[in-house]
Amino acid sequence: MNIHDFLYYIILPILSISSLLVFVRFIKGPSIVDRVVALDLLITISIGIIAVYSIINDKPTFLDISLVLALIAFLGTVAFAYYLEKRNKND
Amino acid sequence: MIDILIYITSSLGAIFVLLAAIGILRMPDQYLRISVNTKAATLGVGLLLAAAAIFFLDVSVTTRVIAVIIFILITAPVGAHLIGRTSYFLGNKLWDKSVIDDLKGKYNKSTHELKGDDKDSKEDKSNTEE
Repeated sequence: MNIHDFLYYIILPILSISSLLVFVRFIKGPSIVDRVVALDLLITISIGIIAVYSIINDKPTFLDISLVLALIAFLGTVAFAYYLEKRNKND
Repeated sequence: MIDILIYITSSLGAIFVLLAAIGILRMPDQYLRISVNTKAATLGVGLLLAAAAIFFLDVSVTTRVIAVIIFILITAPVGAHLIGRTSYFLGNKLWDKSVIDDLKGKYNKSTHELKGDDKDSKEDKSNTEE
C-alpha cells in the first residue's frame, strides 16, 4: 500500500465520517451558539480535507484555498458572536 | 523515511479530527463543545497540514502551510472566547456537574461590564435575584 492508497482509502473516509458527525450537531444543536461552533468546526475539517486532497492529486495550489477558508471561519465566528450579543443587548 | 513521517502525521491528524467530531457530538455542555473545537481540531488540522508540507518539501508550500497553521493558532482562541462570552450572555446554563462558575453575579447583564469587587458583586446578585 503506497501513500496515495493510504490517504485515499483510510484518511479521507475518517475525515468524511467526522464531518458527518459534526453535521449532525449542526442540524440538531439546541441553541444557535452550537450551530456557530459546528459551522466553525466544519470549515476547519474542510481545511484538513483540502490538505489531504492536495497530497493525493500532487497539486500544492489547493493550499491557497485553505488560507481563504481559515479567514472565512474566523470572520464568520466573530461576526456571529458580535451580532448575537447586540441582539441580546437591545431586548 | 519521509513516507513513514507522512503516515504518522496524517494518521495522528485524522485521529484528532475524529476525536473532535465525536466530542462535539457527545459533550453535554456548550462550553465543553467550544473547548473541543479549539484544541483537538486545531491540533488535528495542524498535523494534516504538516503532512502536506513534508510531502511536497518545497519552500513556497512550506511557507503557505506555516502561514495557515499560525493563522489558525492565533484565531481559534479569539473566536472561542468571543463565542463563549456570547453564549454566557445569552443565558445558556452550565452542565449540572460543573463545579464552579467564577462569573456568577459579576457581569452586569444590561451593560455587559465585568465587576470584580465584592461590594459590586453583592449588588449584582441582588439584581439577578429580582
